[in-house]
Amino acid sequence: MEHIVIIGNGISGVTAARHIRKNSNNKITIVSAESKYFFSRTALMYVYMGHMKFEHTQPYENWFWEKNNIQLKQGFVSNIHPHKKQIEFRNGETLSFDKLIIATGSKPNKFGWPGQDLDGVMGMYHKQDLEKLEKYAPDNKACNSAVIVGGGLIGIELAEMLRSRKIPVTFLVRENSFWNGVLPAQESEMINNHIKEHHIDLRLNTNLKEIKSDENGRVKSVIIEETGEEIFCNVVGLTAGVTPNIDFLKESGIELGRGVKVNRFLETNIKDIYAIGDCAEQHKAIGQRRNIEAVWYTGRMMGETLAQTICGNKTEYKPGHWFNSAKFLDIEYQTYGWVFSEIGKKENETYFQWQHPKEQKCITISFDKNTNQFLGINTFGIRMRHDIFNKWLTENQTINHVLENLADANFDPEFYKLYESEIVEKFNKENNTSIQTKKKSWKRIFSKA
Amino acid sequence: MKVIKQSGLIIFLLGLTIFVGTIFTGSFNLNQSDLDTFIKEKNYKSAVIKSNLEKAIVTSEDLNIFQFSKRVIKAYESSNLYYDKLIQKYNKEKKWKEKGKQYQYKIGGKPHSLSFILAKKAGKGWAAEKTTLMWFLTFGLGIIGALLFIVPDVVLLGKPGIKNNGIFLDAATNRGWIGWFAFVFLVTFYILLYFYPDLIVNWVFLVDPISSSISGNPASQWFLYGFLYCTVMTVMAVRMYVKYRDNKYQILRTTSVLFFQIVFAFLIPEILVRFEKPWYDFKNAFPLDYDFFFRWNLDELLSSGGFGLFILIWGVVLTVVIVPVMVYFFGKRWYCSWVCGCGGLAETLGDPYRQLSSKTLLSWKFERIIIHSVLIFVLVMTGFALYTFFSGANQVIGIKTQTIQDIYGFLIGSIFAGVIGTGFYPIFGNRVWCRFGCPLAAYLGFIQRFKSKFRITTNGGQCISCGNCSTYCEQGIDVRAYAQKGENIVRSSCVGCGVCSAVCPRGVLKLENGPEGGRINPTEILLGNDVDLMNLVNQKQ
Repeated sequence: MEHIVIIGNGISGVTAARHIRKNSNNKITIVSAESKYFFSRTALMYVYMGHMKFEHTQPYENWFWEKNNIQLKQGFVSNIHPHKKQIEFRNGETLSFDKLIIATGSKPNKFGWPGQDLDGVMGMYHKQDLEKLEKYAPDNKACNSAVIVGGGLIGIELAEMLRSRKIPVTFLVRENSFWNGVLPAQESEMINNHIKEHHIDLRLNTNLKEIKSDENGRVKSVIIEETGEEIFCNVVGLTAGVTPNIDFLKESGIELGRGVKVNRFLETNIKDIYAIGDCAEQHKAIGQRRNIEAVWYTGRMMGETLAQTICGNKTEYKPGHWFNSAKFLDIEYQTYGWVFSEIGKKENETYFQWQHPKEQKCITISFDKNTNQFLGINTFGIRMRHDIFNKWLTENQTINHVLENLADANFDPEFYKLYESEIVEKFNKENNTSIQTKKKSWKRIFSKA
Repeated sequence: MKVIKQSGLIIFLLGLTIFVGTIFTGSFNLNQSDLDTFIKEKNYKSAVIKSNLEKAIVTSEDLNIFQFSKRVIKAYESSNLYYDKLIQKYNKEKKWKEKGKQYQYKIGGKPHSLSFILAKKAGKGWAAEKTTLMWFLTFGLGIIGALLFIVPDVVLLGKPGIKNNGIFLDAATNRGWIGWFAFVFLVTFYILLYFYPDLIVNWVFLVDPISSSISGNPASQWFLYGFLYCTVMTVMAVRMYVKYRDNKYQILRTTSVLFFQIVFAFLIPEILVRFEKPWYDFKNAFPLDYDFFFRWNLDELLSSGGFGLFILIWGVVLTVVIVPVMVYFFGKRWYCSWVCGCGGLAETLGDPYRQLSSKTLLSWKFERIIIHSVLIFVLVMTGFALYTFFSGANQVIGIKTQTIQDIYGFLIGSIFAGVIGTGFYPIFGNRVWCRFGCPLAAYLGFIQRFKSKFRITTNGGQCISCGNCSTYCEQGIDVRAYAQKGENIVRSSCVGCGVCSAVCPRGVLKLENGPEGGRINPTEILLGNDVDLMNLVNQKQ
């Protein structure tokens, strides 16, 4: 029986712990400074918005950990001593391990803006950020204006949160269109409009110069780089991406880049020490993925994979086809396979796009213009089946096949209007093809690749 | 818009206050001739009841309903007491024949029901006489106010989408003081309705004209309840249409429950009565309709000719064939959240409280024990009832059928289904009855769990464990526990309301009817990891 110590009780660490417990009787300790019990970070926004209470974000009841013999240890790890196989806490305590999993996630980026540490400046990542937001922005009287810096997924979520309490929000986005490093222009523009519909003051091509303080060290205003304009506000949200949360490892001897360097088995340069989730950095990117993937799903997969290795079934981290999802205010987004934005896409990749004339629904299918191979899909406002796209990607299907069978992929609730025929009609018109949509078939849906 | 909403609230509260205040209005007394007719109609053999009632309520005094009720009940009690004493006396004197004779003079029936009948004849005042005006000031203001409160949300809530902002920050929906107030109000209402109908006779007056126009008879407290039920459901259905206007499933489902409530549970039975047929709700399936096989019901049906026989056969076919076959194809949702009246109230009036149902494993354990106990209870009771009906013996193994029926009617039919089932909405979430008590739900649940095409499909690995689905599951199912493992949700208690799917921010859940194979999927897949590894892990199982 070995003692497995996991630093970090986010989705990666907890998934690893659960799967190690399923497959072994190793002693497991999860260490966290943030909260005793695992909660879903992605759900923090719903607590502030009043959709849920904090306890609802906890996927397991509190008795779960003891019942499954998983020790929870609260404490802030300040250093790791690999040769002694010990971790050290800020209060001087130590804990010995046989195997160590580093799953400490990320922290919000701060780019050295003047005033970035003032009271009322915060990211939206940790449970403590939520508490801070409750403190500084409980309602629109205590906080009569907020500025958000950085146009990514967390930025738009923070904007939605603040708007749920009717707090005026100015949203500074560096790019010339929201998230257009990732999204094709059609979709990026749709989101721009949607943001404005929610009465969020979206400022594109806008950078932060500095954050100004009042006499009590609290945020008073921000200054815009480009125009010098001063925007008065009580809260500033810094949501310009995240970086691996690994400062405490600097003297540990573990190889670090931007994150903890790991190989395909999620091993660090030191035996018996592993890293998973947001804080892990692959030596070499896997396929078209980034070296660091700060995504819920990849964290979960790494946790599952590493648990296999730790329990004696040495397993390579081989994430399947890329997928992801998000929600931009009212618009749901799912993606399967690779769809790169105009900025990032390669020469052979081309789009087929469809957009609903009135409602906020659209899709972009990326395919190889030489071979017609289906590469990926972005879908906004229409839900689609993960399994089906996974299968089509594995089978290297053509876009023609995908469109022909698009009805199989629809995952919208019953009685929703279906758009397959409109989508295919548009493709036929643009490409001089005569693809006929097939009726949904359970047989095909359940067939394996 | 905000002003309209706020004035709506004020008008609604005004209507509600007048409605509650109405109880205390009016005066109650009978004149001699009315009493004489009443006694004649009732054919009481007691020699003293007439004079007792005369002394009590033939008076020029202005009695309010509480005094009236007290006096009537006392009159009946003292009549019965008079004969009880005689019985005791003859018992002592061993005059058996005399003693036996006295029983016919005793008057049965629940005291407050007896008092209700008289109060209905004796009432004067605003509710009884200026009915239309008072209807407008109570029901009318309530409906107008509520609609003014609800409809502006079309604009105020912004674009269509999920509208759950602030639910846990609002005292009405987070078990705050408004919730507790609503709880006390609802519980009191049900206690009055079931056990003190005479005290709310003024409310019944308000719906007399409506009752007469439908069934030709004056209203009973049950007509009042039916009318109120339909009214509340209609108004709260408007709220559903506004709140879920982006979701066609919710809109159709709401329309369906509303239709079945108004037409099947309310209008058709009342119209049947007009044509001197038995009151019957064609969608109310046994064992939810627990007295279907009671002797009095079977007798009534059998004595109502071909139509009665049709109802009898329909009732049996509904439970034995239609219900299970439909559950096989569509899941129990076709009944529980598309047709059923209890479900209908839960999905309209109860919708603001759905997030309050407990999701703990412990409550699931309680749920299974309690709901299956009720199912066993109803089946045993029905066994007794049928035995009694066919054999004529009024008891089985020394237990009186009537006693069991009374206990069920009181404990389950009134307290559980009504007082707790609906009264506890603001505290334990809507569907308290459907989740913990309904024997029909338990029966449908078995079929749904073991032999059905229905499931909630989990969309591969897309779940982010946020917990919206579990939070908004009215049946307290921990939906997330399945979804985050990539498992489909196949649970006997799921009523298929579709809200988990609606609130999911990542498009992970879909209610669907598909092939039985693949309905319950493997429990251990690596969510999105390489296909080879998924195969490996699944093979190992």
